[in-house]
Amino acid sequence: MDLLVDGFLKAARLLFSLDREVLGITLLSLQVSGTATLISLFLGISCGTAVALTAFPGRNLVVSIINAGMALPPVVVGLFVTVFLWRNGPFGFMELLYTPAAMIIAQAIIATPIVMGITLAAMQSLPSKLRLQIMALGATRMQMLWILMQEARLPLLAAVMAGFGGVISEVGASIMVGGNIKGYSRVLTTATVMETGRGNFDVAIALSIILLFFVFLINLVLTLIQQRERPR
Amino acid sequence: MKTISISKIFLALVVAILFMSGMSETLQAAEQKTVILATTTSTQDSGLLDVLIPLFEKKTGYFVKTISVGSGQAMAMGAKGEADVLLVHSPAAEQKLVADGFGINRRLVMHNDFIIVGPLDDPAKIKGTKSTREAFKKIAAANRLFLSRGDNSGTHAKEKDVWKAAGINQEKEKWYQQTGLGMGQTLNVAAEKKGYTLTDRATYLALKKNLGLDILNEGDAILLNIYHVIEINPVKWPKINVAGGKAFADFMVARDIQDVIKTFGVDKFGAPLFFPDAGKKVEDLGK
Repeated sequence: MDLLVDGFLKAARLLFSLDREVLGITLLSLQVSGTATLISLFLGISCGTAVALTAFPGRNLVVSIINAGMALPPVVVGLFVTVFLWRNGPFGFMELLYTPAAMIIAQAIIATPIVMGITLAAMQSLPSKLRLQIMALGATRMQMLWILMQEARLPLLAAVMAGFGGVISEVGASIMVGGNIKGYSRVLTTATVMETGRGNFDVAIALSIILLFFVFLINLVLTLIQQRERPR
Repeated sequence: MKTISISKIFLALVVAILFMSGMSETLQAAEQKTVILATTTSTQDSGLLDVLIPLFEKKTGYFVKTISVGSGQAMAMGAKGEADVLLVHSPAAEQKLVADGFGINRRLVMHNDFIIVGPLDDPAKIKGTKSTREAFKKIAAANRLFLSRGDNSGTHAKEKDVWKAAGINQEKEKWYQQTGLGMGQTLNVAAEKKGYTLTDRATYLALKKNLGLDILNEGDAILLNIYHVIEINPVKWPKINVAGGKAFADFMVARDIQDVIKTFGVDKFGAPLFFPDAGKKVEDLGK
């Protein structure tokens, strides 16, 4: 128990003293996971909506693949991204391995199916007659999509939270493709693993608390947006 | 008009995150010439590299990407040309890497030693046993839990050597468990499960305060832990940063850095964690 108390105190001290290293690690975590989430929103919402609103042969198979992708293990993603980005691998010429950009790529791959799967379910749960009605009122295709997204706002924001939550908490892929390099690709989760390995449990707990704090803060903002009165 | 304000908030969030992502900073670091150093967990977990890497970067202007994994994986990265220079402690595997032509210019950097640690009450009664082989035989005879790294690291290789030297086939025994984790985590497992394990001294000293594990066997010549620096052969892998790898290897054996290694950890642990050996012969170590 002493350790937890120590960890709490240390977390507060590190945050309020604006410790440069911890600040850098925290900022990088938010940047990498934030950017990865944005990419996954773009890909996930567009593809998810497209699959939800169209009928084509083999659709059930595609939906199953997307849903299975929601359970994509980060270490598996990390391993494959590493192999692809090796300097002697197919994308080696880009020199991306052990960079924050590689971490963004891996995390985007992890988050995209999550966002896509929830979007798909959200869009399909809208009453099908709604589309007909919107079309009948003379909306363009883009206008219709915008209105549908407004209608599915609650689950779509849940998709954002799930996607972001999936990647900010992820460690397996980040440590493999980022390398946990000090001052460069070290994020909160990889630093926590390292400090635990070093036996610095107080620092590890402090980092965990900082991580939880920011995850809560971001979800609070998203929840506030989500739970606002519906525009009517 | 609430719809607009929602989208505005969302847009603001998006812009804020993109702005924060400070891509320029990231790209700047990538443009610098980078050296990929594959090394063992012990050099990082002991904090030695946190001292040495900034010195190297300041001196040479290279940006070092330290990938801290087990020696086995570090050498696999070297053999695949995914690292420029290695700092490892698994002599037999290192010699093979050099013999196969992947590693060149292997040079002795430093040593410390491995130790056998276990629970304070020492149920297998190995304390006082001089020979590490005998200590291992006693653990086996008493059927006491032994935690192995099981990850092809230098420490794991050493531990297997000792079992072999003791003439014990431990792999399938119930009391022999493999964690597959780093040294620090394996020590924590040993502490929780009250088991014995073989560890490098540096990691043990760094973690000692939380463990409740005692040093029960040390000083046997078989327990020597020797670190070499190896450059990767550019003939095999043309994409290697040859100059950077050589610069780091030269740096590790330079006299002033050897002095840094000699004093590292003295202030914190009262004793050095590593003994610098540049220019010496392996046969003369520990004498």
